[in-house]
Amino acid sequence: MARSIVNDPRVRGLFYQVLLVVALAALFAFGWRNAVVNMEARGIPLGFSFWNEIAGFDINLSLIDYSALSTYGRAFWVGLLNTLLVAGISIVLATPLGFAVGVARLSPNWILSRLALGYVELMRNTPLLLQLLFWYNAVLKALPGPRQSLDAFGLVLLNNRGLYLPRPVFADGAWTILVAGGVGLVASVVFARWAKQRQDATGEQAPVGLVAAALILLPAVLAYFLAGRPVGFNYAALAGFNLRGGLQIFPEFAALVFGLVTYTAGFIAEIVRAGVLAVSHGQIEAASALGLKRGQSMKLIVVPQAMRLIIPPLTSQYLNIVKNSSLAVFIGYPDLVLIFAGTVLNQTHAAVQVMAITMGVYLAISLIIAAALNLFNARMALKER
Amino acid sequence: MGVVAFVRTASEPDEPPPIFSRGALAWMRANLFSSVTSSVFTLLFLALGLYLLPPLIEWATVKAVWTAPDGALCRLHQDGACWAFIARKIDYLSYGSYPESDYWRVILVEVLGAALIVWLLWPGAPGKRFGAWGFFLVYPIVSFVLLVGAPSLDLPHVDTLMWGGIFVSLVTALVGIVVSLPLGVLLALGRRSDLPAVRLASVIFIEFVRGVPFITVLFMANNMLPLFLPPGWEVDRFARPLVGIALFSAAYMAEEVRGGLQTLSRGQYEGAMALGLDYSHMMRLVVLPQALTLVIPGIVNNFIGLFKDTTLVAIVGVNDFLATMDNAFKDAVWSGPSLLATGYAFAAAFYFVFCYAMSSYSAGVEKRLAVGRRR
Repeated sequence: MARSIVNDPRVRGLFYQVLLVVALAALFAFGWRNAVVNMEARGIPLGFSFWNEIAGFDINLSLIDYSALSTYGRAFWVGLLNTLLVAGISIVLATPLGFAVGVARLSPNWILSRLALGYVELMRNTPLLLQLLFWYNAVLKALPGPRQSLDAFGLVLLNNRGLYLPRPVFADGAWTILVAGGVGLVASVVFARWAKQRQDATGEQAPVGLVAAALILLPAVLAYFLAGRPVGFNYAALAGFNLRGGLQIFPEFAALVFGLVTYTAGFIAEIVRAGVLAVSHGQIEAASALGLKRGQSMKLIVVPQAMRLIIPPLTSQYLNIVKNSSLAVFIGYPDLVLIFAGTVLNQTHAAVQVMAITMGVYLAISLIIAAALNLFNARMALKER
Repeated sequence: MGVVAFVRTASEPDEPPPIFSRGALAWMRANLFSSVTSSVFTLLFLALGLYLLPPLIEWATVKAVWTAPDGALCRLHQDGACWAFIARKIDYLSYGSYPESDYWRVILVEVLGAALIVWLLWPGAPGKRFGAWGFFLVYPIVSFVLLVGAPSLDLPHVDTLMWGGIFVSLVTALVGIVVSLPLGVLLALGRRSDLPAVRLASVIFIEFVRGVPFITVLFMANNMLPLFLPPGWEVDRFARPLVGIALFSAAYMAEEVRGGLQTLSRGQYEGAMALGLDYSHMMRLVVLPQALTLVIPGIVNNFIGLFKDTTLVAIVGVNDFLATMDNAFKDAVWSGPSLLATGYAFAAAFYFVFCYAMSSYSAGVEKRLAVGRRR
């Protein structure tokens, strides 16, 4: 009877699982025990009390109030917001660029498709870090100083301290523009619904895009003049050895966004190309048989079907942007990793706590983006009848 | 019957084909000037190319400084690359501070590794089983002894602090490959296992690692590994990031392998079980050979990512190729305006050659697999 118990797959399975659980538990206990001993020996705090201590360092880019007198907890939020800022802007910019390059890859024009191919190969086959260092050190830092700024009509200035854009200045009454635009937005949504219903019923199409643009822009422009032009612009200008005024975009931020966008666009382009190519050729032929033009058949037939294939890998590219934004640490953009896993960790020595929080944040972001796009994906998925 | 006037007796000579349906002109018409938009693009890009390319080529060739003892000549020729800098620094960029008399050890490790990789990746090469054992078991031990040194074998010890340059990048990537592939296969099997505890442990590990940036894994390996070990245990500064990169790439490898396991039809598993094979035989003889062949392109693409990611180890103080390049920039003797562009262009070319070779290989395998599976 002993043999049959040994050979029973359920008993064996249970045995292996117990073995694994015990081994993992022992490993964790071993690590935990050593960590406690080591941290006490080195005088490293065990809890999270450092969270409310004074940080004592400055951060040059912060979306919320922050000074050297703020707490480590505040520094964490600054870093997190900076990470989200750079990742969000990069996602918004990389998507259209990637789609454009992907479509260019499929262009019948030989030069255009070869150029797009060259772009994709160059981006995908060199390390992102190398690209970032190139943009930051060899391009942005090598620009002339503030006194010899590159100048586009005095509106946009570029020098080795950053890119200077006009900064909008809002006076009293600026809110009326926002309200007018908002009303226009609601009106255009209502119009779009009505147009869709009418098209479903009668087949007649309405110029939804044009009407919506007019509905939003006209009231906003009208409000701007009626309220006495409450929005002005503040331009950067030379004052002493530096530029004053305007909206300064730091070279670290610019290099990181530019590098992330161009790099990820190369990957998105390949995803788009694969998605479009996967749509069966019969679909395109049927579309032309119905009399649709090339652009129409792309927009109405090919892309909606390709999107189903594009969205899952596109999601992982978005996640990659969030994760790759941590390369900020190499060029000194104050993101979550640089501020929290760098400076805060070095000052408090609370390595375990800081790393746990940092990794937890990235995990949470990953899970949220994945969940959101899964939801979207479920709506886009083929409806089998 | 006489001759009928309206019937030809000899055929007319062949007309030449219309110039717009064959040959270069037809190709240009179809591919460059098929429509007004297309023509505009073509002319625009031609003009752009004529405007941008010649200065770029001149920068890299005619106007470049090829040999110079220091940066004076490069500072004089600012509109050309400073290849002399690369030529002068190439030893440092290749080996870091590894003792010059021991370069042969590094070269031997690199040549051995290249030979084994070619053996394994060459389609239809004989004795791949031995190649695999050699690469995953013998080669790491031999390399370790050769690079670190063994006084008993008359190889002087070389501390990892002296390591640097291209060879450190290659060693990092190789360690990642050698460890992550077997570990990734184990994790993939774990994730597909019937045993809930094994599955859960694998899923947690894989999803955790894939959800965080590589830099944080490196930080963790560097800062926390020493904390988790008993007091007095020292982990080499270079070994810590290697642990990080191995675990990190194992998680990605696992997902790649899992894809292969999933495409395999159930019949393969059932057939193996019907033959009376147990789990390990089923996996080793039936499932894995097929699944791994299917995902070779994905695995190679993972290696490309891994190779590019090795650049990040600089953040924990490892002197990899890019880090040595950055150090070389700081040499005041060479400082000049053309230095950075030259160095980055060289580094880009280096990474591009490796990654492009790998991606071409993976595309080739993909094509071959597609032929085999086409019906």
